[in-house]
Amino acid sequence: MARINLHRLAHSYLAQPADETDYALRKMEHVWEDGKAYALLGPSGCGKTTLLNIISGLVQPSEGQVLFDGRDVTDLPPQERNIAQVFQFPVVYDTMSVYDNLAFPLRNRKLPEPAIRERVEEIAEMLELQEVLHKRAANLSADAKQKISLGRGLVRSDVAAILFDEPLTVIDPHLKLLLRRKLKQIHGRFKLTMVYVTHDQLEALTFADQVVVMNQGQVMQIGTPQDLFENPQHTFVGYFIGSPGMNFLPCRMQNGSAAVGDRQILVANGSEKLKGDFELGIRPEFLKLHPQEVPGSHPVAIQGVEDLGNCKIVTVHFAEQSLKVKLSEDQQVPVERGFLEFQPQWIRIYAAGQLVEIAVQQPVDLEPGQ
Amino acid sequence: MKKWQDNKAWFMVIPVFLVVAVSAILPLMTVVNYSLQDIFGPDQRVFVGIEWYQEALTDPRLHAALKRQLLFSSLVLLIEIPLGILIALMMPKRGWAASLSLVLVALPLLIPWNVIGTIWIIFMRPDIGLLGAAINGLGIPFDHTAAPFDAWVTVLMMEVWHWTPLVVLLAYAGLQAIPEAYFQAARIDGASTWATFRYIQLPKMRGVLTIAVLLRFMDSFLIYAEPFVLTGGGPGNSTTFLSIYLVKLAVGQFDLGPAAAFSMIYFLIALLFCWLFYQALLKVGTGDKS
Repeated sequence: MARINLHRLAHSYLAQPADETDYALRKMEHVWEDGKAYALLGPSGCGKTTLLNIISGLVQPSEGQVLFDGRDVTDLPPQERNIAQVFQFPVVYDTMSVYDNLAFPLRNRKLPEPAIRERVEEIAEMLELQEVLHKRAANLSADAKQKISLGRGLVRSDVAAILFDEPLTVIDPHLKLLLRRKLKQIHGRFKLTMVYVTHDQLEALTFADQVVVMNQGQVMQIGTPQDLFENPQHTFVGYFIGSPGMNFLPCRMQNGSAAVGDRQILVANGSEKLKGDFELGIRPEFLKLHPQEVPGSHPVAIQGVEDLGNCKIVTVHFAEQSLKVKLSEDQQVPVERGFLEFQPQWIRIYAAGQLVEIAVQQPVDLEPGQ
Repeated sequence: MKKWQDNKAWFMVIPVFLVVAVSAILPLMTVVNYSLQDIFGPDQRVFVGIEWYQEALTDPRLHAALKRQLLFSSLVLLIEIPLGILIALMMPKRGWAASLSLVLVALPLLIPWNVIGTIWIIFMRPDIGLLGAAINGLGIPFDHTAAPFDAWVTVLMMEVWHWTPLVVLLAYAGLQAIPEAYFQAARIDGASTWATFRYIQLPKMRGVLTIAVLLRFMDSFLIYAEPFVLTGGGPGNSTTFLSIYLVKLAVGQFDLGPAAAFSMIYFLIALLFCWLFYQALLKVGTGDKS
């Protein structure tokens, strides 16, 4: 068990980083609480894997420190940290049996053979690998191999944290679900700190207590899945989380309303003091589309409808821009023209990409229409 | 669905069959043909059955050459495969240093074979050769034209110098193809350098090493040009390998019949050993332990 502290951490793969863009990981200060499950979410190349490799010790950070329970481990090699890591592609030792694979980390640490046997059998039982325990690891399916990789981490009783680097990429969809459930089970049983890198937001949101969204080597936001959905701190988070992502409209704020082109949109109370150019963000889930005019609605042209089976994504033309509206499956879509309603309590205002905190938060009285 | 046969499909095989016939089967059959006759001239041939085969199989000189050949090929494999792997492991993985070392390593492969023999004649000369004179300078008498042991050492050194680069290139390619995650996992599992080699690098190189062993065995088993240039099979018969003996028989003494029978035996031996190696290497590291 460990609380992992990243202190003033930054990393560049270049020897002489000149400016911010040379950093794979920009300066960050972050604490991974003991026993929690975190998901590290972000597009390819955003620094997720680098961050993971720094925690496990595979990569030496160029600046800052990594602390486990307050102990500085920055200079320790991976085998001296109590970290297990599961990689994108299952790593098994081909010539060994499943048993030998699981025993390998313990044998390297010179444990007595009876202790190894006990531990390996316990882990094999938990991962449901008993039946293949004496088979050769090379001949197993991808999901069994991935379980072995995970098992090699779990057999070590001293393991404080398990890091997952997109572990389900090569697993068949129907097995993904089972394996993910297994991971949650293990997390519940061992109370290990888990960090799970993925670019699949569904995976991140279902797995983790806390989701860390990264982009271009920076942590954009850390929060619960609900937080990320309702209060994206940055336009990137708004766009990246959710399917489809948040709608953004350049607007001009004045007297508590936002002018988008020639349209006026009413924004929640507390925005009166905002003046000037901003961006208005609203999730497709929080836009309503009516066939008839209702108070505060705007006439829009309907450009297209995508029926996804359990919902409909409607693209509408509003003030020279395209907006996505997410409607439930049973809702009728007006033909050609409709009336778009912005729910003021779900409108977020951004300045230079960052969320502008509006002083008075509206009481949330509406169920979000997910 | 009803299955039916159309024998006209066999016509599709004709082009390939023709190519194989002209390039492989016909020349081979000529040899088979010669091997069953006693040939005095173009019009004077006598069918002798398997007499030449019997003669060849009981020829003590052939036995000696075969023993020499097997010893030579075994030594070549024992030296070149581990040495090639070792060099490949030590080579830089990326950057300009990797390219440079690849070029340097590959240089011996680009030299014509008889030139290699010539280079080593000069290199090993006891009077002016760099290495030969140096060894003699140390007080150790060394002359590959006089002492059989010295001739063997020289031929082996030449062969290792010439062909280990091929093993290096194959092993290097095999090593480069191993995903980084394996090494990372090994580090996290606390594996020693030896364990990493034994359980990751070596098993992952199995495919390329199979090819390396087969190629090195075949080439060294059929070796001709370099020892012919270097020692001419001597001193005495000490470095007379199968090819050299065969050429002496066919060209030197113009015994086409026995030479053809010998060729067939030679060919079958090489084929047999390659098949054995291939089967053995296929089985290494697969299959379940009970």
